[in-house]
Amino acid sequence: MASERLKVAVWRGAASGAFRDYEVPRHPSQTVLDVVTHIQRHLDPTLAYRYACRVGMCGSCAMTVNGVPRWTCRTHVDKVGETLEIGPLRNLPVIRDLVVDMREFFDKWARAKGEFRGRATKQDDFARISPLSEDRKQADAGIECIGCGVCYAACDVVKWSPDYLGPAALNRAWTLVSDARDGATIERLRAVAGDAGCHACHSHVSCTERCPKRLSPTAGIAGLKRAVARAVLRGEL
Amino acid sequence: MSYKAQAALWIAQRASAAVLAACVAVHLVTIVYAVRGGLSADEILARTRGNAAWLAFYSLFVLAATVHAPIGLRSVLGEWLRWRGRSRDLALLLFAMLLAWSGMRAVLAVFA
Amino acid sequence: MKQHSSYWAFVVHRVSGIALAAFLPLHFWTLADAVNGSLAWTEQPLAKLGEWLIVVALAAHLGGGLRVLALEFLPWRDWQKSLAAAAAGLTVGVGLALALAL
Repeated sequence: MASERLKVAVWRGAASGAFRDYEVPRHPSQTVLDVVTHIQRHLDPTLAYRYACRVGMCGSCAMTVNGVPRWTCRTHVDKVGETLEIGPLRNLPVIRDLVVDMREFFDKWARAKGEFRGRATKQDDFARISPLSEDRKQADAGIECIGCGVCYAACDVVKWSPDYLGPAALNRAWTLVSDARDGATIERLRAVAGDAGCHACHSHVSCTERCPKRLSPTAGIAGLKRAVARAVLRGEL
Repeated sequence: MSYKAQAALWIAQRASAAVLAACVAVHLVTIVYAVRGGLSADEILARTRGNAAWLAFYSLFVLAATVHAPIGLRSVLGEWLRWRGRSRDLALLLFAMLLAWSGMRAVLAVFA
Repeated sequence: MKQHSSYWAFVVHRVSGIALAAFLPLHFWTLADAVNGSLAWTEQPLAKLGEWLIVVALAAHLGGGLRVLALEFLPWRDWQKSLAAAAAGLTVGVGLALALAL
């Protein structure tokens, strides 16, 4: 029988700080985001946190819940156990409380050449890409990424190697390498090869395990490894 | 180290892994066979000494291990001990030489 | 925080790799020496336990390695979790085989 009150520990501070305890009323179908919102509105207005859509579409509310990075609007309190501990996403600098600085996450996206570079011009006809082609299936499997940072926060290699581009940036690079319309493949493979790139992935599969959109950066990174190897052996890199 | 060299290390690691998978399988079966068969040390050596095929096989085994182990350790040293740069690669090269030398010494003792 | 199976597969793979890298020079060295001298010390129970642990480490590392090769080279999706289980199974199998032999 669930109690009417819920004890929660929330991170307060920045890089240094502490977990502070709060007690909130318990409701059916309550999400962790509901809990955080209640604290900020009724108990402590100084609590800093991010959210936007609150319906599992934008990824803004990602935090560390009982040690696991997840979307708090899609995490039901009933499902996470008796105690609740909420902290900011890992592997990113903490601005304050539950808010992290996402700049490095997106900088790495750019460093992995995560932007599309088309080969065609307005004068050319439409590209004909079959959705059933192997390349397109690979790309389609990864393009739904909304850059929420959960995979990045879950990755041990990011934790151990600060230069590592990370699962999201590499996954995006793979969707572009698999895109027949893109013309920057060699440049992109150069950007993602090496100790800071795809070769640092050891297939812990934590990114795939935690991705709220059920993407598989592990598969994308494996694809990049194969593509880089092929390019090296052909002397293209 | 250039990204091309790092990519080459990855290729070498996976290729040597495939070779080792086969070598280890054969090695484990052989060892279990010898132990179960109750072969004494002298009996084993009688079969291995002067055997060119086994000499070649185990030389390949040592070579693959010499490539595979240092590259594997490279990640461990970089990620868990934060040891990166030239000194790490030099240390691993020395380790590779140690493996190659001690390995061939053993192979020659048993099969030559 | 409870971790998932692929994470443990990685830990076993890495730890067994470190153990093998540490053991291998020793193995090569004593093998050459033993061939020239006597192998009697290998009959001691502690030596046998050490041998068994090394074989288990080898099987564990091989199983984990096959998992990585499968993830990197084979088309995959939802069955990758079974790979960790397969790797573990292989390890146990080899360990048992050798334990019975010893």
